[in-house]
Amino acid sequence: MFNYGFFNFDSKAELLDKAIEYWNPGKTKFWQDAGIDLVIDRREGYFLYDMSGRRLIDLHLNGGTYNFGHRNPELVATLKSALDYFDMGNHWFPSVARAAFAEKLVKTAPGMKYAIFGAGGAEAVEIALKTARYATKRRKIVSIIKGYHGHSGLSVATGDDRFSKIFLADRPEEFVQVPFNDIDALERALRGRDVAAFIIETIPATYGFPMPNDGYLKACQELCRRYGTLYIADEVQTGLMRTGMMWGWQSYGLEPDMFVTGKGLGGGIYPISACVVTEKCGGWLHEDGAAHISTSGGSELGCVVGHQVIDILQRPEVISNVHFVADFFHRSLNQMMAAHSDVFVGIRQRGVILGLEFDHPEGAVAVSRALYENGVWAIFSSLDKRVLQFKPGVLLDVATCQEIVDRMEAAMPRVRALLRSPRRAA
Amino acid sequence: MQMQLHEDAPRLVVPDRAEATARMKIDRAGWAVRSYARFDRAAVMRVTRAVAEAAHKAAQEYAEWAVRETGMGVVEHKRLKNELSAHPLVDFYENTDLVNPRVDTGRKMVEIPKPAGVVLALTPATNPVSTLYYKAILALLSRNAVIFSPHPLARACCAHAAARLEAAAVAAGAPAGLIQCIEEPSVPLVQALMASPKVQVILATGGGPMVRAAYSSGNPAIGVGPGNAPVYVDPTADQTLAAQRIVDSKAFDNSVLCTNESVLISLAENANRLERGLRAAGAHILSEPEVGKLRAWLFPHGHLNTAAVGKSAVWIAQQAGLRVVPSTRVLIAPVAQVGLDEPLTREKLCPVLAWATAETFERATGMAQMILRMTGAGHSAAIHCEDPQKAMDFAAALSVYRVVVNAPCSQGAAGFATHLAPSFMIGTGYFGRSSVGENIGPQHLVHWTRLAWNSDASVQMGDFGAVRAPFEGQAPAPRPAPAPAAAPLAEAGGMDRDMLRQLILQELRELTRGQS
Repeated sequence: MFNYGFFNFDSKAELLDKAIEYWNPGKTKFWQDAGIDLVIDRREGYFLYDMSGRRLIDLHLNGGTYNFGHRNPELVATLKSALDYFDMGNHWFPSVARAAFAEKLVKTAPGMKYAIFGAGGAEAVEIALKTARYATKRRKIVSIIKGYHGHSGLSVATGDDRFSKIFLADRPEEFVQVPFNDIDALERALRGRDVAAFIIETIPATYGFPMPNDGYLKACQELCRRYGTLYIADEVQTGLMRTGMMWGWQSYGLEPDMFVTGKGLGGGIYPISACVVTEKCGGWLHEDGAAHISTSGGSELGCVVGHQVIDILQRPEVISNVHFVADFFHRSLNQMMAAHSDVFVGIRQRGVILGLEFDHPEGAVAVSRALYENGVWAIFSSLDKRVLQFKPGVLLDVATCQEIVDRMEAAMPRVRALLRSPRRAA
Repeated sequence: MQMQLHEDAPRLVVPDRAEATARMKIDRAGWAVRSYARFDRAAVMRVTRAVAEAAHKAAQEYAEWAVRETGMGVVEHKRLKNELSAHPLVDFYENTDLVNPRVDTGRKMVEIPKPAGVVLALTPATNPVSTLYYKAILALLSRNAVIFSPHPLARACCAHAAARLEAAAVAAGAPAGLIQCIEEPSVPLVQALMASPKVQVILATGGGPMVRAAYSSGNPAIGVGPGNAPVYVDPTADQTLAAQRIVDSKAFDNSVLCTNESVLISLAENANRLERGLRAAGAHILSEPEVGKLRAWLFPHGHLNTAAVGKSAVWIAQQAGLRVVPSTRVLIAPVAQVGLDEPLTREKLCPVLAWATAETFERATGMAQMILRMTGAGHSAAIHCEDPQKAMDFAAALSVYRVVVNAPCSQGAAGFATHLAPSFMIGTGYFGRSSVGENIGPQHLVHWTRLAWNSDASVQMGDFGAVRAPFEGQAPAPRPAPAPAAAPLAEAGGMDRDMLRQLILQELRELTRGQS
């Protein structure tokens, strides 16, 4: 009996039946078929517990949402404290929490002027694209093939057509895509001087974290400047110290016109996102500040949590820890790759953002499963299933990191077996 | 929650940042020590020497700062203590190898040293920076990381000193995070940290309650109890020399070392000779009414007036309403009784010395034991005498683990005027409710893994001459961004084989696959 007070289930099987019946049959069945029967129950730090009680180390982190681990005690205390005084707030009015958080956020990013809040990454992207259209009076948006910026109206149109065509939400006439790391293609797209914005994840996450070539992002930014296009850095997965610096664009020496942050900004306990813009882009905030409205965007509870998230990330201890974790995985994964070079063929890394390449079109699906069977949860890249997303948290300690590597090592024979089997991984 | 709109108190409760940050320091120390524990001995000694040098250079600065911040002690003496806790401390352990495995072919045993890991070190207000120096050096020699929780009265000088030592360690190739300090120490915070499962051992120096708390934390702890050293001067001793040593010891840093003499015991037959020596050395012998005044000020309601700790004899005399000459170094209070009924025979940590007289050596020894029964068990005692039998009998009878002979006890028991290990942690052992009875050294922060072969003569141990040692030399510092690693050279033995292999593999991959 799983009694949660508000509701209860006799068994995990009953829960799965209910999930199929009332929630989402496709998603529920997908994981069953993939051999991953995970129903996350309790969670603490970097550990997840399945309903069966089995413990998993979380290397998925939902793209950095759980950067600080699950239910980080300091952030939970912050939210509880905020709940004793605030609620979501009234978006029409200025508020102490929003003003304080906006200031805190803007001050992390030299050159930026305003923080415009949303409730999720897609909303922040939406704000960025609308802001670009306002500022340039142009309509076209360029993004990269296999880029990912969310699932709302404008944001989904920038991404892979897997997510737009099904809902008839693709708009090829306004949304152009160019190959990643292809600077000439971008120039061809911008040359007509009719593009409002170029939006790009600083390291494309859902594409499996392929690393931008040396100078690529900077060249993109220069092309944008040349053709009057605004450069939007999508920092939802690369921001918040995950590259070893507060924002990924800083680590590449960029000066974007806008950037977007979400996921970990709410510490995994309260949803909040932000589009941070320069003075030049923020004109509509003067002309009609209510032109974009969001009841839950910039909730004061989220602002208090986000304020503390930034505060924590600025502590020297955290910065040092990120470097230690990044260095640890750099060394140990290189060692592991050397020992398993028949299947494990590449490491993409910047800070604690890693993509591990496996020598099979669905290699990462098999690895994800083998790791799951060995107590580690890491997800493959939706848009490149050769690559495992490997996303350690910024506060990980030595013991957990060593355990991850030990468990990974233990999983390698199973990886080989899965890759050899005729049914493949899933 | 109660809203407090009428005043400036925060309207929201901010979670304890000090505790959250301190826990991050523990994790950071864990990372640092993971790397440092693989340093070879040459690299360890290089880092330790570099830190000792930084400590030595700043000895005067921190002596001044500590006196300014705490109001205790004497700058000149604090400088000396700081200096002694730098190079001379390292010199003492120069030949104590806590890094290389020991191979004992006779007993068919190999012993591999394993550092504790993260050491949580408490430092007292009385000897703040010298204790910090000392514990940092101990941690470095034993390949541990240390996090300091300074006494709040001395937190600024300690935080600064820790940062300086850390910088010196890093400059010498140590990983960052090896020496850290809690910025906002408090009793609840240190109690929370002491219970952290990520702390391997606590080095507790401080008041009795804090030491008990360390032992109650559930973590391994080395705590030391309070001192209250009795010093016996036998008629066989050179009275002038003995008096000089005692006064010097009491005046040293205004008696803030827990090893300082607390109660002087002599026989009636040498009392006059000793008194002349004490006066000549700068002691003021109090009259009976003066003793009453001093007792009333120093032990109001029977408890030590902490304002006296580390203050000069002249200042204390003024406060107590006594007239003494400005050159007075020590106040000596003749007492009729010792033990519970005479507060002046308790630990005072200031240049006040109680003086009791006995009829016989046996009675004097009994008095010393009575004093220790009250407080100071397991700590220190001193004897001035030329009769080895008496020295033996005195030491055998007392519940202490060190008896300093013909030397100042402040310095002597702490290893600075004797051949005892130089230490700011005087192990008070089982008498003093502690786990260690000797002066604490780096060896207490290491345990050994023993490979023990079958003792049967038919089983051979094998040749360990060519076996690779379990360390890598100095590791390259972690890199902030994943830029290609500069070829990291292991200082001791050229390039590490694994490192070389990785570099070659990396190059091969890049050649064959291009940039990914």
